[in-house]
Amino acid sequence: MSYCRQEGKDRIIFVTKEDHDTPSNAELIADDPNDPYEEQGLILPNGDINWNCPCLGGMASGPCGSQFKEAFSCFHYSKEEVKGSECIDNFRNMQECMQRYPELYPQEEDKESSSQGESSSGSDSAAPSDNSALISESDSTPAAASSDSTSPTDSQIAS
Amino acid sequence: MLKCRTVWKKLAPLARSSSTVCRQNVKRTGLNNGRIPTCVPAANMSTGPGGLGGDNLKYTVMVGAACVGSLTYAYFLLKGDQKRYQERIEEITTRSQRSSKEEAATVQSEPLAVEATQTKAVPEPVPEAAPSPEEPSPPAAQAEQPAAPAEAAAPSETTAPPPATDSTPASLKVPSHTPYLLIGGGTASFAAARSIRARDPGARVLIVTDEPDLPYMRPPLSKELWFSDDPSVTETLRFKQWNGKERSIYFQPPSFYINSEELASAENGGVAVLTGKKVVHMDVRGNKVKLDDDTEISYDKCLIATGGVPRNLQVIERAGEEVMKKTTLFRKIEDFKLLDNVSRNAKSITIIGGGFLGSELACALGRRSAESGLEVIQMFPEKGNMGKVLPEYLSNWTTEKVKREGVKVISEALVKSVTCKDDRLEIHLKDGRLVTTDHIVAAVGLEPNVDLAKSAGLEVDSDFGGYRVNAELQARSNIWVAGDAACFYDIRLGRRRVEHHDHAVVSGRLAGENMTGASKPYWHQSMFWSDLGPDVGYEAIGIVDSSLPTVGVFAKATAKDTPKAATEKSGTGIRSESETEDTATSPVASVTPVPPVAHKDDYGKGVIFYLRDKVVVGIILWNVFNRMPIARKIIKDGEEHADLNEVAKLFNIHED
Repeated sequence: MSYCRQEGKDRIIFVTKEDHDTPSNAELIADDPNDPYEEQGLILPNGDINWNCPCLGGMASGPCGSQFKEAFSCFHYSKEEVKGSECIDNFRNMQECMQRYPELYPQEEDKESSSQGESSSGSDSAAPSDNSALISESDSTPAAASSDSTSPTDSQIAS
Repeated sequence: MLKCRTVWKKLAPLARSSSTVCRQNVKRTGLNNGRIPTCVPAANMSTGPGGLGGDNLKYTVMVGAACVGSLTYAYFLLKGDQKRYQERIEEITTRSQRSSKEEAATVQSEPLAVEATQTKAVPEPVPEAAPSPEEPSPPAAQAEQPAAPAEAAAPSETTAPPPATDSTPASLKVPSHTPYLLIGGGTASFAAARSIRARDPGARVLIVTDEPDLPYMRPPLSKELWFSDDPSVTETLRFKQWNGKERSIYFQPPSFYINSEELASAENGGVAVLTGKKVVHMDVRGNKVKLDDDTEISYDKCLIATGGVPRNLQVIERAGEEVMKKTTLFRKIEDFKLLDNVSRNAKSITIIGGGFLGSELACALGRRSAESGLEVIQMFPEKGNMGKVLPEYLSNWTTEKVKREGVKVISEALVKSVTCKDDRLEIHLKDGRLVTTDHIVAAVGLEPNVDLAKSAGLEVDSDFGGYRVNAELQARSNIWVAGDAACFYDIRLGRRRVEHHDHAVVSGRLAGENMTGASKPYWHQSMFWSDLGPDVGYEAIGIVDSSLPTVGVFAKATAKDTPKAATEKSGTGIRSESETEDTATSPVASVTPVPPVAHKDDYGKGVIFYLRDKVVVGIILWNVFNRMPIARKIIKDGEEHADLNEVAKLFNIHED
């Protein structure tokens, strides 16, 4: 059973697991998904890409930022059957740029978020697989991002 | 010039008194021709109307002598000025010749680059003393531009460790204009740079910092870097997070940034950092700033993110050179390096201050004391660690934890004086206690840096300090302020100034967004966290002030509820990133069995609500992690909740 203690202006309550089993009756105000003040996820309500999303790390702002934006935009708005199939050149540009900055875009497997697809390999045949890797990630990131609508802040390195 | 003024001031009363007499005389004789009182020529006087007698003669002589004297003085002054001017020219000529020899030896392409940019930089205002038009030899003129800033930069850099190798040659040429100017090279500035680059394609951003380092994060300086096993950690500045993932404290490696010379010409823009340069004057009307080497940079949009300077105790400042040499005001990388060195050599270190920084450093050093036998003392005026943040019962509990980390805690300690005796420091407390130690670390707060307020005409807040800005972090049309130096209006919580890492990131990002046209107010509440050893950790959000009434809801903790476990799960040491990490799908190695932690105390884990007028304005998650979004939501709502236990249920404190 929970018990309560008061120390001056401070109140201390101890609760057991059972005490907190019943669902809470505290009321929270419903969130407005179109609130302009709120931090947005990867995809904005109007369908555009939020380049400032913390989930992108520094991808859109680094030396290869413009190539990344072109590639990802092309992919995002692609209406082809194989999504992004017309964006091969953009992705190639991006990869070439990233290879020039190995410090920033390490050519490793275990990296976070959307960078995983782009820099996993440098061969042309890998480009479609890059796109598919991106597909799976862009599916998961907006989903995750929209559920976590109050997108948290980020200070990690670009890679 | 000043001399002239003082002499003039002396002459003025004399002239005035003589003139009033003169005027009176004139009035007496009926004339009223509003004569200018100063420098009345002797001739006029003598031909003045009416029968002016012997008195008049005296005054005539006096005024005449005064005029002759002042004229002579002025003549000599100008002569002296000219002489000084000539000497200065000679000095600069010889200086530029010397450095041009050095420059020619080391940097081959520099003169070419300078020449190329010289034509562009011609409109760049030249400092008064540097008479480049007068310069006879062209090579000397070319080398003079980089030489002058290099000269100015050199003294400021000699006291600090050598700057990042890539940016040293770059910082020699200062661009004359930049679309985005960020003053200060810390967390807020970097976050803004990133935000601007993300939103404005091809943006050119210039960061000007007086530190020798590229932008880096501060939390590890008092936490993770101390726990590193790597003996070269002071050089690499890399820290290992709990799950083994290593990263540098620098936000980005040097290759991320471009050289400031290339800023104007880079095809896709970029971020350039000018290290070792201080902005000393801001001209808001002209949209430009002046650096300490007299170069000027004009901007379109400017961010002031100057952070602050650690406060010092008055008793230490008054105590003299010897004591100051053994005192560290902890904030920067160089302070970390110094303290690391001291901790390896000294027998005893005393930390004055019981807040975040002081307690974290105490715990970090206390850990070290276990191996080295270093005595670590922490003293503060409050009753317990974090006395201004945590309610008393929790503050006491925390103090016990800190003591268990090997720290000798002296609470309710007010320092009366500090003296240096036999190469050791003696701290005399007001209640008579005496503490002898080898080194002092003062962690007694931060003084926000508002040096530019005067020249820029910006408002400074008298309650919280810092630049006063609105809810959108704007001070003036083209000027924003973010980070520690910003006293901003928080729509939910009122006007405040926050000195935490995540706030610097949030406000920096917001400022960057607003600089690129967003017009968003501060709305996403920043959080902060602290770890006191591996067993006690908390995350907090909002106004967390121990003077507010609190309601704490606690459960018994299990071994899984420690900061170590939390970061292992999320794979990051920077707690504000553990939320972002959730979106990434990186699999983390399964948690190795954590040794069972004995939680005999009552306050194992829980949630503490801080109330102001019955509304929750602050929340601490005590050894409960990854629930910050819920806390953020509760504060955002700003509702009155009748039963906070019900609200606490939302956190599932009994679960992992």
